[in-house]
Amino acid sequence: MTRSRRAVAGLVLLALVFALVFAGPVVSPWSWDGTDFAAFRAGPSAEHWLGTTESGRDVFAVTLRGARTSLLIGLAVAVISTGIAAAVGTVAGYAGGRLDRTLMWGVDLLIVLPPFLVVVLLAPRLDGGAPLLVPLLAAFMWMITARMVRALSASLRDREYVLAARFLGVGAPRVIVRHVLPQLASLLVVDASLNVSVAIVAESGLSYLGLGVRPPDVSLGTLIADGHGAAAASPWPFGFAAGLLVLIVLAVSLLGDGLRDVLDPTSGGAR
Amino acid sequence: MAAFLLGRLASRLVLAVLAASLAYALAAAALDPRAGFEGRAPRPPEAVVDARLTALNLNDRTPLADRYLVWAEGVVHGDFGHTSDGEAVNAELWRRLGVSFRLLFLGAVLGSVLGVLLGAYAAVRRGRTADRLISLGSYLLLAVPVFVLAVLLQIAASRANRAMGVQAFVWVGEATPGASDGVIGGLADRARHLLLPTVTIALTQLGLYCRYQRAMMLDVLHADFVRTARAKGLRRRSALLRHGLRVALTPVTTYFVYAFGLLLLGGIHTEKIFGWHGAGEWLVDSVARGDVNVVAAIVCVAVCGVVLAGLISDVLQGVLDPRVRAAE
Repeated sequence: MTRSRRAVAGLVLLALVFALVFAGPVVSPWSWDGTDFAAFRAGPSAEHWLGTTESGRDVFAVTLRGARTSLLIGLAVAVISTGIAAAVGTVAGYAGGRLDRTLMWGVDLLIVLPPFLVVVLLAPRLDGGAPLLVPLLAAFMWMITARMVRALSASLRDREYVLAARFLGVGAPRVIVRHVLPQLASLLVVDASLNVSVAIVAESGLSYLGLGVRPPDVSLGTLIADGHGAAAASPWPFGFAAGLLVLIVLAVSLLGDGLRDVLDPTSGGAR
Repeated sequence: MAAFLLGRLASRLVLAVLAASLAYALAAAALDPRAGFEGRAPRPPEAVVDARLTALNLNDRTPLADRYLVWAEGVVHGDFGHTSDGEAVNAELWRRLGVSFRLLFLGAVLGSVLGVLLGAYAAVRRGRTADRLISLGSYLLLAVPVFVLAVLLQIAASRANRAMGVQAFVWVGEATPGASDGVIGGLADRARHLLLPTVTIALTQLGLYCRYQRAMMLDVLHADFVRTARAKGLRRRSALLRHGLRVALTPVTTYFVYAFGLLLLGGIHTEKIFGWHGAGEWLVDSVARGDVNVVAAIVCVAVCGVVLAGLISDVLQGVLDPRVRAAE
């Protein structure tokens, strides 16, 4: 790890954010959905550490809640989308032939259809909010990784140890899981960590437009949307949410890029 | 080269047609135009709603396949149908696309060109102060989403306005309504309104291209062909510009398609924040209204845009990389 200061910096930042998000609500005197009818759009004070929003919510508590939602959605989406990419990519690359062509053609089709537009289109149907947003976002984020995974799997197919396993009579699913996937582990780890930041930005972008997480739930996107109108006069609601979002994305991409430097000696971004 | 491009063109056209059809099917299945009619007060009789929806090809009681065929026939003749208010989609679509284009074009060009140059420069100065500053800047830019960057710029501009005591920066809408100081004044007014959104778009694109170009450039800095160019007597600068940058640009052209997708997406937020009534804003509004034909039309245009960006990247690749031309 010491080889990449970037990864360490990202990891430390991320640990701090996690600590804040999960320990903050415990020490804060206010709950995220509580309303203080005596203070609307108040500045920071001893009672409300970062002031209150226009609707009298405690900025500190509600923003941490929003960050928690965004983080959890980001993590879940990244894991699922990288999982889909790994499954489709390895199967296509290992199988080759018609199955490969069909799968990759489907991938091309989904790349051409702008993912964000499709998500915007389908989002209003998902009144359930966050839990349904996750598969929707994941379904439109895996295609480019799947192409990379496929190319690598296809090159692994003719390696001696893979051939040996095949001629010993090991079935295709087992060969993929035991011999192909481990070779791709570093690529997948890096991809998943970078996808976390993409997913968080996508989620907050949607929520900003009112199409992602809906009231009464909050995410960083809804908080930024609510806060930005009054941002010049009362900077805390907008500033804290936007700052946390930037910090999270920065930490995750530092971590992802740093991991790539460590795990993948051939990549260019490293040196 | 021509055969290579024709082949790519054909396969991309097929993809575009399929993607557009899929877009219509999704829009027609997911959106509910009936709700908009039934929500009116007084509530119209069901037969009236049905007749109106059928006339607009929006009736969810008609099988999806039939609605699709009607829609597809229209699109083949260049007609995207009607909005749920009964207006023609086409006229409004072109007007709105014009607005979006004026908003995005300059920023996208500036951002990508500056990003490539800065990225390449950072790679050449690897490890020095300039590289550190550029890398740090591009990391920060990539971490700041459009809708945060735009608001920050607006706040900074309003502070600057107040500090100077004049309205030097304006950022609401495309032009000041009602202001008419002739052609020159009108153009100047538009340019002033364009400044902040252009900076927003340019900065986001700049971050992307800069990071990617730097990585690609690092890969070719020590490549054999750059060394050969140096050995035959070229100065470092021209060896890097004529051989290094050219080769390092090739993978960036494939990246162009991805950046274009992000541009479209950033456009939706930029339009909303700066109050431009472009296609992105129309898309979001139409999704909320359940206006199937408008949504399908905009997604269709976006699909064509992505396919076109892909073709442009193919052409650029062919121009930049002799191996692509030779590989036919």
